Parts: sequence; structure tokens; C-alpha cells
Amino acid sequence: MEQAETAQLKAELSKHGIFTTTLEDIYNWGRKNSVWPLTFGLACCAIEMIATTMARYDLARFGAEVFRASPRQADLIIVSGTVTKKMAPQVVRLYNQMPEPKYVIAMGACAISGGPFRDGYNVLRGIDRYIPVDVHIPGCPPRPEALIDAFMTLQKKISEQHLAGEKRPRHLDAELPSEFPVPAYGEHGLEPSENAEVWNPLKIIQ
Amino acid sequence: MNGQILNVEQVKAAIEAAVPDCQLEILVNGSPSGQHSIVLDNAHALEIARFLRNDSSFSLDFCSNVTGVDWLDAEVSEKIKTKKIIDGVETEVEEIKKTVLPGRLEAIYHLFSMEKKHGPVILRLRTGNRIDQISVPSLTPVWRSAEFQEREIFDLYGIVFEGHPDLRRLLMWDEFKDHPMRKDYVAPAEDDDLLAPAGNPADQSKG
Repeated sequence: MEQAETAQLKAELSKHGIFTTTLEDIYNWGRKNSVWPLTFGLACCAIEMIATTMARYDLARFGAEVFRASPRQADLIIVSGTVTKKMAPQVVRLYNQMPEPKYVIAMGACAISGGPFRDGYNVLRGIDRYIPVDVHIPGCPPRPEALIDAFMTLQKKISEQHLAGEKRPRHLDAELPSEFPVPAYGEHGLEPSENAEVWNPLKIIQ
Repeated sequence: MNGQILNVEQVKAAIEAAVPDCQLEILVNGSPSGQHSIVLDNAHALEIARFLRNDSSFSLDFCSNVTGVDWLDAEVSEKIKTKKIIDGVETEVEEIKKTVLPGRLEAIYHLFSMEKKHGPVILRLRTGNRIDQISVPSLTPVWRSAEFQEREIFDLYGIVFEGHPDLRRLLMWDEFKDHPMRKDYVAPAEDDDLLAPAGNPADQSKG
């Protein structure tokens, strides 16, 4: 049955006091309200991330208060801060050790592009060169509201995932990888300098 | 001497009296801070450092900062006024004298005394050039606080500190071959992606 028809039928039935749902909705509803982030901070953005979890901003309202100290128990990695080239292999390795389904939020100017330190000799110009990022947050650092907005964006993304079909998410497609190559320390920089399978920047044509 | 800024001439004279045969040179700092430094010769540097730390009138027990400088080959032109006899009349003529200063690397030490509450005394060590004579004596045996800072200088400038107990890279990984703080360091080209128009941007706007 088509999506629109299903939604219409559900709305019609609810008028008569009958609650219906689908397995997909229940599954995604459960997942999106229990996203456990990894206890992982890199720089000043991590301070904002910590503030987001505390009483004033209270990320627990969204089911994400349980920061796990082990990647084996985490669903989400918030890359909060400058990723140095020396740190990048460790970030990729942590991401590889997380079980599927897993998500990435790149928090702040540094994590998405290198930010103010872009021209530094040891600064990675965005973690999306090596791992697939679900939500990018600009800002230096972004306020806790921005992280909450990114988190809600991620929740929306999760709730729209389909269990089957062409557009099913990566963790339900055996063809797609769940681990990504860890870059090696080279003589002049990281090798390779990006993973072409995940890094698809917009090219500026002049 | 308590609480005073040390006179660099007096420090130089004291070192010369204590360490015979040493070659010292005062490098004048023309800025308002007036923090003049002393260039040491590498052969006597360790002996001089021990003297400055142990001598009761200096007692420079705290090395607050070690840093590096990269000097590329530089051409210095000076105007020199000379008197010449032109047409039988003595006149003053300005001549421009050009000298090429060979490139070198420098390590700079800022020393203070916690006991005497004076300082800084600024020492400079120079390498022979930037290519193959790149070692200076390590002062870590005298001031332990120099250990990580000398490692950082080794990492970023490529100065080899002879006598350092654990000379490894500090910030970059061990396999890294370059020295990023050198003035002729060029970052890997792969980092220039999105906005990298080849050639001169002015030419592109015409086309």
C-alpha cells in the first residue's frame, strides 16, 4: 500500500478510536528515542555538547542522555571539535567499532571543514572525508540549541527510514559497508587523504 | 640583584670570566622591551648553562620557555658612507653594500631565577645551516623543563638536540618526514580542493 494511503487510513481509523501502526513505525519510533551517543569530545565544541546534556538544555528529553564510554554500546558519535590528522585514524576506528545502525553528527566548523584551523599543518579538513556524516552543524562552537536541532534532524531522518526497498538504510543492506578504511600515517600527511566512497564534495565551477 | 632585570653586558662578562675561550655575541633587541639575548657557541653551551644555573649570583633555576626560529637565506643591503676624493675634493659618497646571510635554525631559551626573582636571561643557540649541520647541544640535562619543548622544536623545525634523553617527535607522528614550522614548508597538495583554481585568478576572470 502506498505511504499516503496508509497515513490516510490511520488517520481515519484514529477518528473512531482505533489506534493502528506499522512495524516500521514502531521500530523507528523506538530507535529514534533511544539514540545513545558515544562519550567522545575533541575540543571546545565538546564543552557545548556537555552543556547540552546538563539540566539547562537536558538532552535526556530526546532519549539521548546515556553517553556510553564504549563504542560497542553507542549508536551515535558526535564529532565535537577539531580533528587533527593524528587523531583522525582513531576517530574512524571508533566509528568502525560501533555496531549498526550508527550515526554521525559533525559538530562545529572544525569537524565539518577544519574551521578556523583549516590551514594548519595537522588539521583534517572535515571528518566527512573518512566517515559518512548524517548531520552537519555549523558554528564555532554551535550553541546547545543547535546541537538539539541537529539531534531532532537525526531523529526525523531515522523515523523516515524504510525497513525494505531500494532506499532502505545502510544497516539493512548487506551490500553496503559498515566499516570504513582507517587512514594510515604517511610521510607527508594521511594516506589516503580522503575516502572517495564517502567524500563527495560539491565542486565550484567558475 | 633581587627583582631586577639583569644587564646583558654584565651577564656576558660574568660568563666570559667563568668559561674561558667561549665565543659570545650580544643580539640587541631594539623594541621597547629591550630584551637583548646572548648567542652562545655550541661547544661551550652546556658549560655556560651549568654555570648560569649553579652560580650563586645568577641562580637561573627556571627555564620558562624554549622556542625555535627558522631563518632563510637573506640578502641584507646596508648603506655605507665613505669619504672619497673626487676631482681633488673630499666628498661623502653613499654606497650600498649587499651581504648574503646564510640561513640557519635557532633555539631560544628564556631563563629566570625563582630564588633571586630576576630574569629573563635569553640564550640563543644556532645551527650551522638549515640542511645538514642542524644540531645544537641539548640543555635538557641542565633544565628538565626543556625536554618536551626541545622535542617540539625537533618535531616542527628539525633541530637535532645532541644529548637529549628522548628525542622523538612530540606533535606529529613518528613516520612524518617534514618540519611544518619551517618557512619553506609546503602542505600536501591534496588539501587544496574545492576552491583551487589553477593559475592566477586574474587570468580566469578574463577568460
